[in-house]
Amino acid sequence: MGGLIKSSIARKVAMALSGLFLVFFLLQHFTINFTSIFSADVFNELSHFMGTNPLVQFALQPVLIFGVVFHFVMGFVLEIKNRNARAVKYAKYSGGANASWMSRNMIYSGLVTLAFLGLHFYDFWIPEMIHKYVEFAPEDPTRYYPELLHKFVSPVRTGLYVVSFVFLALHLWHGFASSFQSVGFNNKYSVAATKFAKAFAIVIPLGFIIVALVLHLNHNH
Amino acid sequence: MNLTLKIWRQNDAQSQGKIVDYPISGIEGDMSFLEMLDVLNEQLITKGEEPVVFDHDCREGICGACSLQINGQPHGPDRLITVCQLHMRSFKDGDTIFIEPFRAKAFPVIKDLMIDRSAFDRIQQAGGYISVNTSGNTVDANAIPIEKGNADDAFAAATCIGCGACVAACKNASAMLFTSAKVSQFALLPQGQVEATDRVLAMVNQMDEEGFGNCTNTGACEIECPKGISLENIARMNREYLKASLKG
Repeated sequence: MGGLIKSSIARKVAMALSGLFLVFFLLQHFTINFTSIFSADVFNELSHFMGTNPLVQFALQPVLIFGVVFHFVMGFVLEIKNRNARAVKYAKYSGGANASWMSRNMIYSGLVTLAFLGLHFYDFWIPEMIHKYVEFAPEDPTRYYPELLHKFVSPVRTGLYVVSFVFLALHLWHGFASSFQSVGFNNKYSVAATKFAKAFAIVIPLGFIIVALVLHLNHNH
Repeated sequence: MNLTLKIWRQNDAQSQGKIVDYPISGIEGDMSFLEMLDVLNEQLITKGEEPVVFDHDCREGICGACSLQINGQPHGPDRLITVCQLHMRSFKDGDTIFIEPFRAKAFPVIKDLMIDRSAFDRIQQAGGYISVNTSGNTVDANAIPIEKGNADDAFAAATCIGCGACVAACKNASAMLFTSAKVSQFALLPQGQVEATDRVLAMVNQMDEEGFGNCTNTGACEIECPKGISLENIARMNREYLKASLKG
């Protein structure tokens, strides 16, 4: 078992499992966000549940934060190790001849996504934590939708969100599909699983983009 | 055709290397890439200069000795071949061709374009074998029934010639395709089951110790492999490794 922690395959599997966990989270996050463009009440209700349920707040939320931190720290560790594995670089290297841009630039799409997470935490998570656990403000189940709408007034912020989701799509395009291979899943169902993962990589970030744009336009009309 | 060759020259493992330009003319399309280098070396020797050192052996696409990164791709632009099977008709008059050694920390340069691939030997020695009694009472392998699919996959994995193109192509200089082919060819056969647990642990451990990078599933190795070794082997090795780790 000791070797499992240190080995390249264990690191690869850990990257895949933490990534898959974040994919599930993304789907859940998207589902709730998507309700905001149809019904402010449903969005408020779901947000209130997520924001006040002790299981979500004190069990799932820490696990999620650990998952996010683990995934990007491990990503940096792998990038450094991999760069060290080729000390002298090629004078000419045709990476595009045999691998996709997305697969070769996960560190950059990941860095943009990480920077976005910083903005997203600054926008929503940190004010939420202060509201609930520092100021102990009285709970208002109707505050979530107006707060959400307020954040998307700025065209700059809306634009930053849209660009970030494009990079998230690029990251998912390779990451989600390749996580199956990492955990050893490569069989007759792989083609279908890969198609599903690639569709997910487009549909979910596109959905987030639509939500951001609709909220921005809703506020301005 | 007239070409400009940009060739990596390096005296030994310790010294710094550099790209040196060599104009060459009169190259025929029917020459193999290695024959073109032979022509260059004849010219260099005639001029009293030191010829370019490069690995080659069978010159019929079997041995995997010719380890050249040509214009940024292992074994050059064509698929499913080694350098000796690459012909100059794949280039055109006036082309500039970069020729470098396969690069990885685990493949140190010996001289010019020749690299030390003994890291692969050590991975193989760590577990790429089976215990068979050869004292005269060996059971004929053909007497053991093996499912056709498994036999075919094992044979396909065993076609790996250990050239190192997978490492050279991988942006992470990972040796997972090579190691997984060597693990798979035994993991799929009944004869390989006896040492299955120890084999995958030992070979992966050796691979990591040699300083190869981590696989990030770009798939470049499979595309550049002259023998078309499939990525399925890496998935199989991952499964075998997880199974062995939990068991052992």
